[in-house]
Amino acid sequence: MSIPIELIINALIAGLLLGGFYAAVTVGVSISFGILDIVNIAHPAFIIFGSYIAYIVNATFGVDPILTGIIVLPAFYAFGAAIYQVYYESFERRGQDSLRGLAFFFGLLFITEVGLILVFGVDYRYVSAPYIDQSINIGFVNLPMRMLIPCVISLLMLAILQFLLSRTFIGRAIMAVAQDQLALQLMAADPIKVKRVAFAVSIATTAMAGAFLIIIQPVEPSVGREYIGRVFAICVLGGLGSLPGTLIGAMLLGIIESFTATFYGPSWAPAVGFGLLLLTLAFRPSGLLGR
Amino acid sequence: MHSSVFLVIATAVGAVIYALAHWLANDYLFFAGYTVLQFIVLATAWNILGGYTGYVNFGSAAFFALGAYTSVFFHKAYPLPIPVLILIGGTIAGLVGLGTGYLTLRLRGAFFAIATLALAVVLQTLIVNWDFVGGSRGAYIIRPREIAVIGNYIQYLFLIMLALCVIAITVARAIERSRLGYGFATIRDDELAAEASGVPTLKLKLIATALSGAFMGMAGAPFPYYIGYLEPSSAFGLQYAVNSIAMPMIGGTTSWIGPLIGAILLGTLQQVATVTVSSAVNLLIVGVLLVAFVIIAPKGIVGLVEDSWRRKK
Repeated sequence: MSIPIELIINALIAGLLLGGFYAAVTVGVSISFGILDIVNIAHPAFIIFGSYIAYIVNATFGVDPILTGIIVLPAFYAFGAAIYQVYYESFERRGQDSLRGLAFFFGLLFITEVGLILVFGVDYRYVSAPYIDQSINIGFVNLPMRMLIPCVISLLMLAILQFLLSRTFIGRAIMAVAQDQLALQLMAADPIKVKRVAFAVSIATTAMAGAFLIIIQPVEPSVGREYIGRVFAICVLGGLGSLPGTLIGAMLLGIIESFTATFYGPSWAPAVGFGLLLLTLAFRPSGLLGR
Repeated sequence: MHSSVFLVIATAVGAVIYALAHWLANDYLFFAGYTVLQFIVLATAWNILGGYTGYVNFGSAAFFALGAYTSVFFHKAYPLPIPVLILIGGTIAGLVGLGTGYLTLRLRGAFFAIATLALAVVLQTLIVNWDFVGGSRGAYIIRPREIAVIGNYIQYLFLIMLALCVIAITVARAIERSRLGYGFATIRDDELAAEASGVPTLKLKLIATALSGAFMGMAGAPFPYYIGYLEPSSAFGLQYAVNSIAMPMIGGTTSWIGPLIGAILLGTLQQVATVTVSSAVNLLIVGVLLVAFVIIAPKGIVGLVEDSWRRKK
């Protein structure tokens, strides 16, 4: 069997576009899990929550989902800060973050998902925007706008976050708290405040990722579960807490999934992310770029 | 109390429960009771790993489904009596637990938790794509109406699950009071210190994972005969994952009685809520209770009761 080269190139490009979107989905976990060591398994559930907000605003006012995502950023930031405060008071301060902290986030995931099911049902929801059905064709290469736009804005968001983390004062403080919390205290900085800001930023990214998600595909409440494996696979694959690593991991997973879907059928795609996660944990737990 | 004495008492309690249910002679009671008993086994199994060693397993549904699908496989290939299926399903789930543990338990605890989440999705995808056991369409299991000696088939299933409960609880209690249990507790309290004092932590964690997985598989093995029609989304249902965590957490994780209390309370509550309200609402209740308990009462109901006793003295 010979595989046409056009098919391979299109699968590769589809994978890269998908990977750009996966980077936006994962970047929040790279911050919360990779840098702050908070295992927020409810992250994908918050993304679905973001999708539904984009859906409601789009359905009632016809506002573009991405614009909605940007508008609700402050609300998600505040929401994230509140969750961190509860998490800190209840678990981190008492040193019970491993077992009970995980159960806490698992409960949040569950409440979000079942809550959305109760309000919206299990029907697939989608948004409408002028660019969703369009695509650019360059020769045989097909670039659907519903993939291209989320990918480009996602890369922009990643670049801004990378700039924040590496160049600004608060960004450097966040990196510092990951390395040595005590040292930060000795410098008269409040590590809890720094962590709260970082966690809030990580939740704020779910507003954007949620908007991207509902542009790319119709959403129902349990879609988030498929993303748990993807998100953590990318995060571990890229080396914890490194945004460039996250981007590489995301692109890699996007390409592998795209090829699996093209050559074996989409019903195998969910297993790819999780399978990759299991393999990475088993053989290369420090990630591709890890020491 | 010695474990064999405890086993005799637990068996007696089981016999009384069965006699009582038999005396009431209500088929619905057996149907609902079976579900509660199944959750007692799942919660006890989860607690062997989660409560005793402190490693969180989010993949209870995967182990449960492994047991269930082992039964489906043998039902189609070579029908066997349910007690044999329980042993096979338990063995397979235990081996998968061992494998997952071996790959990830050398890392930080969070990785194990995430890997178990991943395991559930990988297994579900495999089952969906495996036509012999029904694939995404699901599989019908025609169960016999009657069974020798006991008569009614649902009573037979109830009795099997009751026996499994007695065994699981006895094993959990025996572990608590053995060298193994103390080893588990050292891992939970301070793994680094345990390792430094010569506790073979990896070996103990693997034992806990295999045992816990095996009991979950055993709980799943009779399930296809109970439900009659098994599809991947019901075997891998989120309610197994969340209940097997919520029940021990709400009851209390440090001893065998916690998961038992949690499972009886939550299991009964859900049976009532499913009938009277809706199944989505009852899952929401479980989620809210879980979050409320881990924040407000980290030691569960057992911890609350102990604290109030201490205050009275």
